[in-house]
Amino acid sequence: MMAANVNEAGRDGRAVQEYEEFVTVMLGDQMFGLPIDRVHDVFIASSLTTVPLAPREIMGLLNLRGRVVTAMCLRRRLGLPDREEGAQDMAVGLERNGESYGLLVDSVGEVMKLSTETHEPSPVHMDQAWVKLSRGVHRLDERLLIILDVDAVLAFDAESRAA
Amino acid sequence: MDDLLREFLTETGEHLDTVDVELVRFEQDPNNETILRNIFRLVHTIKGTCGFLGLPRLEALAHAAETLMGKFRDGHPVTTDAVSLILQTLDRIKEIVAELERTAAEPEGEDQDLIGALDAMSNADPEALLARQQAESAESPAETSVSTASDEAPAAGGFVFQELERDLLPGEIPLDELERAFLEAPGPDDEEGALEEIDAPVVMEGSVLGEPDAAPAEEAVEASVAEAPVVAAAPVAEVKSADGKSAETKPAASARKAEAKDNPSNAGAEQNVAKVQTIRVNVDTLEHLMTMVSELVLTRNQLLEIARREDDSGYKVPLQRLSHVTAELQEGVMKTRMQPIGTAWQKLPRVIRDLSSELGKKIELVMQGADTELDRQVLEVIKDPLTHMIRNSADHGIEDAETRRASGKPERGTIRLNAYHEGGTITIEIADDGKGLNYDAITRKIVSQGLASEAEVERMSEAQIAKYIFHPGFSTAAQVTSVSGRGVGMDVVKTNIELIGGTVEIRSEQGKGTVFTIKIPLTLAIVAALIVSAQDQRFAIPQVSVLELVRVKNGSDHQIERINGTPVLRLRDRLLPIVPIGKVLGLDGAEANPGDEGFVVVSQVGRQRFGILVDGVFHTEEIVVKPMATKLRHIPMFSGNTILGDGAVVLIIDPNGIAKMVGQGSGDTQFGVEAAEDMEESNDNESTTLLVFRGGGETHKAVPLSLVTRLEEIDAAKIEWVGGRPLIQYRGKLMPLVPADPAIAIKSEGPQALVVFSDGERAMGLVVDEIVDIIDDVLDIELVADRPDLLGSAVLRGRATEIVNIVHYLPLAHEDWTSGAPVRNLKNARTVLLVDDSSFFREMLSPVLKAAGYRVITAAGTEQALAALNSDRRIDAMVADVDMPGRDGFALIRAVRAQARLSRLPVIALSSAVTPEAIEEARKLDICEFIAKFDRSGLVAALAETEAQLGEAA
Repeated sequence: MMAANVNEAGRDGRAVQEYEEFVTVMLGDQMFGLPIDRVHDVFIASSLTTVPLAPREIMGLLNLRGRVVTAMCLRRRLGLPDREEGAQDMAVGLERNGESYGLLVDSVGEVMKLSTETHEPSPVHMDQAWVKLSRGVHRLDERLLIILDVDAVLAFDAESRAA
Repeated sequence: MDDLLREFLTETGEHLDTVDVELVRFEQDPNNETILRNIFRLVHTIKGTCGFLGLPRLEALAHAAETLMGKFRDGHPVTTDAVSLILQTLDRIKEIVAELERTAAEPEGEDQDLIGALDAMSNADPEALLARQQAESAESPAETSVSTASDEAPAAGGFVFQELERDLLPGEIPLDELERAFLEAPGPDDEEGALEEIDAPVVMEGSVLGEPDAAPAEEAVEASVAEAPVVAAAPVAEVKSADGKSAETKPAASARKAEAKDNPSNAGAEQNVAKVQTIRVNVDTLEHLMTMVSELVLTRNQLLEIARREDDSGYKVPLQRLSHVTAELQEGVMKTRMQPIGTAWQKLPRVIRDLSSELGKKIELVMQGADTELDRQVLEVIKDPLTHMIRNSADHGIEDAETRRASGKPERGTIRLNAYHEGGTITIEIADDGKGLNYDAITRKIVSQGLASEAEVERMSEAQIAKYIFHPGFSTAAQVTSVSGRGVGMDVVKTNIELIGGTVEIRSEQGKGTVFTIKIPLTLAIVAALIVSAQDQRFAIPQVSVLELVRVKNGSDHQIERINGTPVLRLRDRLLPIVPIGKVLGLDGAEANPGDEGFVVVSQVGRQRFGILVDGVFHTEEIVVKPMATKLRHIPMFSGNTILGDGAVVLIIDPNGIAKMVGQGSGDTQFGVEAAEDMEESNDNESTTLLVFRGGGETHKAVPLSLVTRLEEIDAAKIEWVGGRPLIQYRGKLMPLVPADPAIAIKSEGPQALVVFSDGERAMGLVVDEIVDIIDDVLDIELVADRPDLLGSAVLRGRATEIVNIVHYLPLAHEDWTSGAPVRNLKNARTVLLVDDSSFFREMLSPVLKAAGYRVITAAGTEQALAALNSDRRIDAMVADVDMPGRDGFALIRAVRAQARLSRLPVIALSSAVTPEAIEEARKLDICEFIAKFDRSGLVAALAETEAQLGEAA
């Protein structure tokens, strides 16, 4: 809803700056941002049903209020090492092509409203795998926020299996 | 599009379908007035409604058709031409209706051609003409209205008020007037409108026509009749209505009462469709209901699960009640999705009729079990395949009248369509009494399309050959007719049916006919599933594919036996391949704990049976199948997932996927599971003579008799020991003895059974406990990999038997037996490429060749062989099995010959059956020699000969 307001402000042309809102998630020390209009909900990922023979990134299926959600590990998707056993995963509910996904992250932070001014394209020497999955970086005061391309993160079939 | 028009379209569609069917019936039975009346009534209804809605084209067509049918009723001869003409008219009407549906307006166009023809036909007979004139003046109105009145009623979902009119049986009022009258009538109209709105493809049985309804309706008639002149301005092109309007209103009222009394049974007999009250419901609404009920079922299951765990019985009773209600609700909603299969058959009589005239055959279509109900989703999918198969039967199956007469059959061919429930599936049979499948033609086609080699085809059973008609692009029709023979269809039929988890089977007898049996599940949305566990993870297995459950436990009657680690279960004298689910799915811990205890879920896919070994079995549960996430759809083991009563997500195991695993490696996947089956069968056809003996334990062992030189029984006292190795003087030489199993203790006295193997100068005696038998049986070897003394196991005469790998024993007797013969040294040894799909024969033949001094490279198939030939230039000769599946040996040899470098490579063909065709083929391909598979010395001799030839050439 807020995002819509921002857009309206933008369309009015009165606002000098354009804002975007992101749900921030953490993997270790790195912060990532997900466009808020793509995030359906945030929930604790529990009682996962593992799917044998599934791609590595897919941690399993879970029941979210009667819907079967495919849980995907963002760490694995980004090629980061797994966390130690037993750590509680948070999940960000996303949707793509009518299917529900839960993106497993270490923790979910606050929602940030960021000006497009602080946005920059991904640094050229960033890991190519990451570049493909991101839509640039926001310079925050104390850290960098990598904006994830939700569709790219969720779209993996051939390329991820080939990798 | 306004509601009225939409209503008209749906209803006219239904009427047209019925008229189609009825007309075909009528043509066969022209004296049946009931049918004619029925048709007449329907066409009349269409005409009336068209007039009312202002659709002049449709109305004119319907009118012309009606007039001709009126002639039939008056005794005008019912000719095929006439019926065809009417059918054509109906087709035109359908076209227009279709256009109407799209654009909500009648398309521009001329129908004078048809109308002219219809009129000409109507007027053809002067007698009929006379009758017509008379009819026009006096008789016709009365008659027309009688027919409308009595017939109008049973029309399911008729224009507006059939239900009511039926009881009223008004005499002389033209239908369209009446309808309009009803429309104008305020009271009942509203009621009816409401009823009409929910009028739907959903058919519910019930009786609408009660006395209470009749009374207001009568009033309505009277009321509206009074109003009739006011609304008569509508363009009603009903000729007969001119004099029938007001004048006859009164008689009508009285007449209807009389008729209603006189003729109470008439209406019932009119149509076998007893009065059925129908309402139309949007399919989306139903689907939504279905989803909601599915969710309700899940929630109910969850509650039951909680109740199971808790002892508090306070809510057990209401929960029980909820459970029942939910079950009933589920059943009810499922029922709304059910439609009689007859709706999919409706068009078939017409199809057959058109085909018979087009093909000049006489064909009768018999339909049984049209009221068998199945899920509309399923129905949609099978509609087209069914039509296609019927067309096929008519075109390919049924012969023309002359041929039939010549073969002593009735001229009229019969296609029988039969549907019935069987367990959780519905079975549809399409049987014709035609000529049966032309196996010769199919075989030729298989070979010419390169789907299999002649040699392969020869070994196939008729059932296997028949399956090829489901192959894409396969058609044996000598010429492409407009009906079939384009080679599209049967594969689509199969695909469509398999898509919904169904199967098709063919049974055909030459000269007697062909029967296609389709089995499909009743519904797709909710299935009963068996919940099992493996390594603490739960899975669901659809109940339909579960044949039985067997508890397996070491030391009990049913225990899993292992043939080199490959688990099998003896089940009623058959070896059942066992798939340990944990291992197949790569579950943690499954490797460490092979677990031979648990339950075997015996499943069957197609005709392949196998057992899925699971750790535990819980219960069966109705599950709502949810599709697999797209990211996971590539995993063949799962067909979907579901949420169980306790809220856990559980994967649904797809027995088809498991079956494919079982069949893996036994053929290409063109035909999926069935290919695997076919391979089995083709092995089946090839029987091998085997020597069965006992050695080391009670297990039966076997070796192909062709490898055995002789059987001996010697006096154990004569066994000599030299350097710790047993020897015996045998035919003037010392022959080493090797025990068939380390467990065998060589006797020191008494008779000792020996199986003697020899090769040239050398011989070896295999010490066995007892020679059991020599049997001729199919050898279907389950290969084992890491027992060097065994090739594998097989069921022989109902007993699991180990097939001994003789190659393993030979070096035990003579160190140099396989490591290169002394005859020549390895440096100038010639290299032979041995191509055989069966590792059994590769194993068997390579030592033979090695022993003869050749370096041996083996290849399991065409591709491997070609790769070897291209990578290893030293290959001097090739020995190829020509009976291989997939690309057969001949294809390989052709490919070899096509390469310039290899065009002169000596090739020896191995075959289990040498046919004249094969020899001819061999000659063309410049094959040096044809050798029977077990003829070792023949092979060695032939190889030596190629060498001699080469020497001469050099």
